[in-house]
Amino acid sequence: MKSMASLIRYFPIAIAFCALSAGAQPIKLGELNSYKTFPAFLEAYKRGMELAVDEINRGGGLLGRPVELIVRDDTGSPGDAVRVAEELVSREKVDVLMGTFSSAVGLAVADFAKQRQRLFLASEPLTDKIVWDNGNKYTFRLRPSTYMQTAMLVPEAAKLGKRRWAIVYPDYEYGKSATEAFKQQMIARQSSGIEFVEFAAPLGKIDAGPVVQAMIDAKPDAIFSSLFAADLAKFVREGELRGLFRDRPVFDLLGGEPEYLDPLKDEAPVGWYVTGYPWYEIDTPVHRRFLDAYRAKFNDYPRQGSVVGYSVVNSAAAAIRKARSTDNAKLIAAMAGLVVETPFGTIRYRAIDHQSTMGAYVGRLAIKDGKGVMVDAKYADGADYLPSDDWVRAHRPAN
Amino acid sequence: MMLGAYLAYSLIGRFGAGPLGYWGGVLLAALAVGALGVLLERTLLRRLYGAPELLQLIATFGVVLLIKDAALAVWGAEDLLGPRAPGLGGAIAIFGQPVPQYDLLLIVLAPIVLAAMWVALSRTRWGLLVRAATEDREMTAALGVNPSWLFSGVFFVGALLAGLAGALQLPREPANLNMDLTIIADVFVVTVVGGLGSIRGAFVAALIIGIVRALCIGIGDVALFGSVVSFAKLTLVAEFVVMAVVLVARPWGLYGQPPGPSAIAEQRDLQVPPGRRFAIAAALLMAALAAAPLLVDEYALVLGADMLIFALFAVSLHFIMGPGGMASFGHAAYFGLGAYAAALATRSMPMELALIVAPLAAGIGALVFGWFCVRLSGVYLAMLTLAFAQITWATVYQWDALTGGSNGLVGVWPAVWLSSRVAYYWLTLAIAGGAIALLWRVVFAPFGYALRAVRDSPQRAAAIGIDVRAVRWAGFVLAGLAAGLAGSLYAFSKGSISPDSLSIPRSIDALVMVLLGGLQTLFGPVVGAALLAWLQDTLARHTEYWRAMLGAAILVLVLLFPQGIVGALGAAARALRQRGIGKRAAAA
Repeated sequence: MKSMASLIRYFPIAIAFCALSAGAQPIKLGELNSYKTFPAFLEAYKRGMELAVDEINRGGGLLGRPVELIVRDDTGSPGDAVRVAEELVSREKVDVLMGTFSSAVGLAVADFAKQRQRLFLASEPLTDKIVWDNGNKYTFRLRPSTYMQTAMLVPEAAKLGKRRWAIVYPDYEYGKSATEAFKQQMIARQSSGIEFVEFAAPLGKIDAGPVVQAMIDAKPDAIFSSLFAADLAKFVREGELRGLFRDRPVFDLLGGEPEYLDPLKDEAPVGWYVTGYPWYEIDTPVHRRFLDAYRAKFNDYPRQGSVVGYSVVNSAAAAIRKARSTDNAKLIAAMAGLVVETPFGTIRYRAIDHQSTMGAYVGRLAIKDGKGVMVDAKYADGADYLPSDDWVRAHRPAN
Repeated sequence: MMLGAYLAYSLIGRFGAGPLGYWGGVLLAALAVGALGVLLERTLLRRLYGAPELLQLIATFGVVLLIKDAALAVWGAEDLLGPRAPGLGGAIAIFGQPVPQYDLLLIVLAPIVLAAMWVALSRTRWGLLVRAATEDREMTAALGVNPSWLFSGVFFVGALLAGLAGALQLPREPANLNMDLTIIADVFVVTVVGGLGSIRGAFVAALIIGIVRALCIGIGDVALFGSVVSFAKLTLVAEFVVMAVVLVARPWGLYGQPPGPSAIAEQRDLQVPPGRRFAIAAALLMAALAAAPLLVDEYALVLGADMLIFALFAVSLHFIMGPGGMASFGHAAYFGLGAYAAALATRSMPMELALIVAPLAAGIGALVFGWFCVRLSGVYLAMLTLAFAQITWATVYQWDALTGGSNGLVGVWPAVWLSSRVAYYWLTLAIAGGAIALLWRVVFAPFGYALRAVRDSPQRAAAIGIDVRAVRWAGFVLAGLAAGLAGSLYAFSKGSISPDSLSIPRSIDALVMVLLGGLQTLFGPVVGAALLAWLQDTLARHTEYWRAMLGAAILVLVLLFPQGIVGALGAAARALRQRGIGKRAAAA
């Protein structure tokens, strides 16, 4: 009897195994990203994807077929990315096209998807345009956008009632839209006498000394920054040294992501308000399962990128399951309103603008055991930080 | 320099961050980088002294790619923030403003290094010999000095100082993989603004650029003529604006010497128009390419179109570099102008018309920039083209309303009848092929001969009544037009265009294509373009460390074929023919 029970228990796996070994055509997920341009984020991202693909294949694959991940480097250039996308679509004949990191590459591939009428799952690009101004029928986006993440910080910032804000940002799309979104939402909440001084810094080349000095001279009451990576580290060091942060609350977008927080080590600026991913603090069953599996496989802790990579593969898988097919048109139909389980909880791809409701954690920075950590972190559900449907309809072209 | 930062990080990590460990780490890192510099010089660059100077630049570019991937493999992707210098972690108040102590140290250290360099070069025997060897290598050797070790010494000092700079930067900036890119352009600018060979000039130039940048940040947003001008955004190109201004006003930099009356270096290239055999071969190639859609898959056509576009781009650069003798480090500007013009034009006119109009924008750009550039020569000219390219890039990058800023423009697709991959490939083949043929024809037209005359001896050319500047200017504009045509073809093949299409790496690509193929040949740039596009595609697809592989491939090609691939083939063919003649003569 016992053997019978175990036979039943293992039956699905056995079937899956037969399907796999019968040489069923694998389902191909075609992923392109700027692996060599943004390695800190994307190496973790790739691991996240590998974990998800492993789990899916161990569970019997999709539609009885194994899943194969085809990864390409887009070299960080939109022109090359479109060529790579062409290769994935026309030579590799992938079933789902996904990936991209920078806004420029994301938008270029989204437009390619529109031209070739192919589903494109934009995993990482933060630009608001990809779902709104330049949104199209074929493109869906996973990560919470610049607008959403800024909105997550605004309630705390508005609560402080500060009058004069200094804003420092990397001088390109992401920094500019973060600045714009912050100003708009702050004015909306705190109408009386709020003012902003802005400091643009070339991406990756901030002249931290002069910038910090100019900010001190501007005598702000509080600071909002969207700097990240090396720019952030330089800004933090120079700012601490010259006393810029003394008695001034600081808000920093993405500052709590391990990719950018960990390099600061014991110099992480205590008390800053940030969005990020405090993997050590999240105590939900779904996240614990993800954390354990990730650690078991890679012997390392997950980064923000790992969660995105893991979730993008699971989004594609969920769409294929829901469509019960890999047909492009059916997949696109399935994506609208699709519900996916992620380490951050259940998310949904909104039908109205193809933005997922994935959120981010909001908290403050502290130092623990000589390392920067986020404390008092709360999950901000993306669904709560999106503009009204009417606004979306006004800004998104009707395909 | 990037290596200096990384090495210092590791060594300090090993020795501990005490004063001894810290400064020991910094010095050792600098020494190690210096040693690596010598190693590179003796194994690689040494072999290239006979080749065109620019080839050494390309080889260095290959080395940079290699080192970047090596650093990624060894130190990982995460930025590494080093410890602060012991005892110098704080700030002291000067005039009520906190000034970091470490900055004060650097303020003292820089003039010391500068003075040491100056003394070494102008007051020691070693410096005397180095200067002599730079002036006339053969003569120095004839006088019993071994210039080989002399140059190794110079390389050691150069690399050591670069490593030192990287290590010293560590308390201010985490060691990261983008350090090389951010610094290389700056270093070139400083050297050229100061005037080649002038240490004082370099120091003053660095000071000016630093001050201009700080001023831009300090001034911030200012209302001018009713609109807000953001000086802070100027920091993106401050150094290039400075360079453009300086070079326009002083063609040899601040303290540079005008080169002496140039020795007449007649190059025996491209003197005889290619014969009928070349024309037949080219026609056969065109026919084969036109038939390609019958044989290969669709992606190969996409890649093929890319190759053709880059071939046109490379041939246009070759046109001014080879016959024109004007190396351009900023040729991507015209490529990008054409591409953006095409993207903007499609909004108000059919795509077919936009494709014709767009290159004119690049031509106009070349007309304006060229007017300034053709007055200069050599490296200064090349750097001025780079300055204009960077200014163009920054304008495109910032002008959100018109160019879409850093995102670029999307929705630039060809007309419906051209939108299939095969149709677009044929269109590209026809246009790029035609334009290349036209440029080649011009090389052997009277204008082309005038261009080479001006290159080989401006004085002689002027003496026989050639308007030197006008000829160079016209050549510059023609090359700009052709690059613009390549750019607009590119825009329509990708459906989108972004600032990276006129950034430095794109200009470098063009240089690599021309030099890999062979500067002194007609067909070289085409081969170089096809090869580089193919390499980039294949390596990125099949290898993880594609950047290192690409660097290695470039190095190998440069070492094997210092005259370019086609140049080497041509030489081999000539040698064979000669041997044939010799044998026949012997037989007779």
